[in-house]
Amino acid sequence: MARLVVLGGGVAGHTTATFAAKWLGSSHEVVVVTPNSKWNWIPSNIWVGVGQMTKEEVTFDLAPVYKKAGITYHQAKAVSINPEGKADSDKPFVTIEYTDADRVGQVETIEYDYLVNATGPKLNFDATPGLGDGNGQMGENTVSVCTADHAVHASHELEKCIEAMKAGNRQKFLIGTGHGMCTCQGAAFEYIFNIEHELNKAGVRDMADMKWISNESFLGDFGMGGLHMKVGGYVVSSKLFAESLYAERDIEWLIGAHVSKVEKGKLAYELLDGSTGEEEFDFAMLIPPFAGVGLKAYDKAGEDITSKVFAPNGFMKVDANYNAGSYENWKASDWPRTYQNPDYKNMFAAGIAFAPPHIISKPMSSPNGTPINPTPPRTGMPSGIIGKAVAHSICDMITKGEDAKLHEASMAEMGAACVASAGKGVFSGTAAAMTVYPVVPDFEKYPSTGRDTEYTFGEIGLAGHWIKHILHFMFMYKAKLNPGWTLIPE
Amino acid sequence: MKKEEMNFQKHEQFTLTMMPGIFAKKMRTCIIWQAIRFAIINIKMLVVVSKSH
Repeated sequence: MARLVVLGGGVAGHTTATFAAKWLGSSHEVVVVTPNSKWNWIPSNIWVGVGQMTKEEVTFDLAPVYKKAGITYHQAKAVSINPEGKADSDKPFVTIEYTDADRVGQVETIEYDYLVNATGPKLNFDATPGLGDGNGQMGENTVSVCTADHAVHASHELEKCIEAMKAGNRQKFLIGTGHGMCTCQGAAFEYIFNIEHELNKAGVRDMADMKWISNESFLGDFGMGGLHMKVGGYVVSSKLFAESLYAERDIEWLIGAHVSKVEKGKLAYELLDGSTGEEEFDFAMLIPPFAGVGLKAYDKAGEDITSKVFAPNGFMKVDANYNAGSYENWKASDWPRTYQNPDYKNMFAAGIAFAPPHIISKPMSSPNGTPINPTPPRTGMPSGIIGKAVAHSICDMITKGEDAKLHEASMAEMGAACVASAGKGVFSGTAAAMTVYPVVPDFEKYPSTGRDTEYTFGEIGLAGHWIKHILHFMFMYKAKLNPGWTLIPE
Repeated sequence: MKKEEMNFQKHEQFTLTMMPGIFAKKMRTCIIWQAIRFAIINIKMLVVVSKSH
């Protein structure tokens, strides 16, 4: 019997574990180690953040689902990996620390035959002074929608602002990214439109000043270097598409911005041209930068090999080309295909946990040397597809032998959908729906724009809004492993 | 001034972009048109998903 240990229970980890358990059956063991007791469909946190959904509607308890799937579940965080075992044993193992109320702080080791690191990101709030609380958690100056609890808090703060506006006090809203190296602009993009929609609904939009602040060098970069998409019969840059959306809604933008400090009601920033400035706010939702969760790795002798297994940002090294050099030399083929660690063949990384070879957007920095560019998005659909491919590879290695052909899921051959939907009513909402193919542009295959414009398109209207609703219910249904869950694509 | 042109004047940033007119806005909420677009977008997304696996 082989044992597969999956670290992390987010989109990538949950997909890997559930498919592996289904394909392997009871003859092998699948173990999930995740510090959370609940699964969260993160894209719908946006609706929680404006009070249109409850935390319960976007989360569910993992324990009964894993019991149903025959998966061993530890509510714990992974601390370290010993891929070579220890002095008296060649068996690799992970060290975990329990987070559930009964065993909090208890440390245990779990041996494995195969390991998937799908730990997702550490929300690195403390990278920006004042954005974090100094202890790794979100500070009190801003709000976030990165977790369901954060989104509930954001919704309460938004409600206070709406009440203030109803009482005749103008409010300033700042939404965007809280550091020069952030990703997930799409989430903030969706949130600002949802807030605008809610303010209109509450009849207080004319009392609000709204501003977008982000590390993108142009509006519509989205961490993918922007995209050219088909809109209304034209092929247009996402810059024009995004600027039109903001201008139509009377939302100003400040781009190429590295937020350097946050205080109560005020933040400081540095721009790509080296200039600095300050913005005041009454409500700010700033996405924090992501980092690896801080896993350590040790060899058989107990020596620290963290820098061998992980990139400096804490994400795990996989089969990517980490020596691509300067921007001019970057190619689609630099991106990983199998997500297998180059040194330890029984170890994989999926979702946000893998170290990208480089960013996708053009690297930029201010004259002061501050890097200000989005890091690559790898959430949602790519995470699910990668998780499934990794599960497939490991199942084949277990059932067919270690030399089995690995399954591939390159982000340069994979599409993604982003639906920024405002409002929740079936006929009262609206959405900007975008599909991009591939996520990482391939200028050898698509020399003009790097992408297939037949499948890279943007659309505004109710249709995208309906799709967003359907995606919410489909993915919650799938993640709960309800009948027919495997028929729903990632 | 037409309603859809008002925002061009609100901020210098807005002057160089495009704004939807009345017809474009109506089509965004026209149930029949959106039902057609819903079918088309879904088909396209399914193709993208199938190409991605």
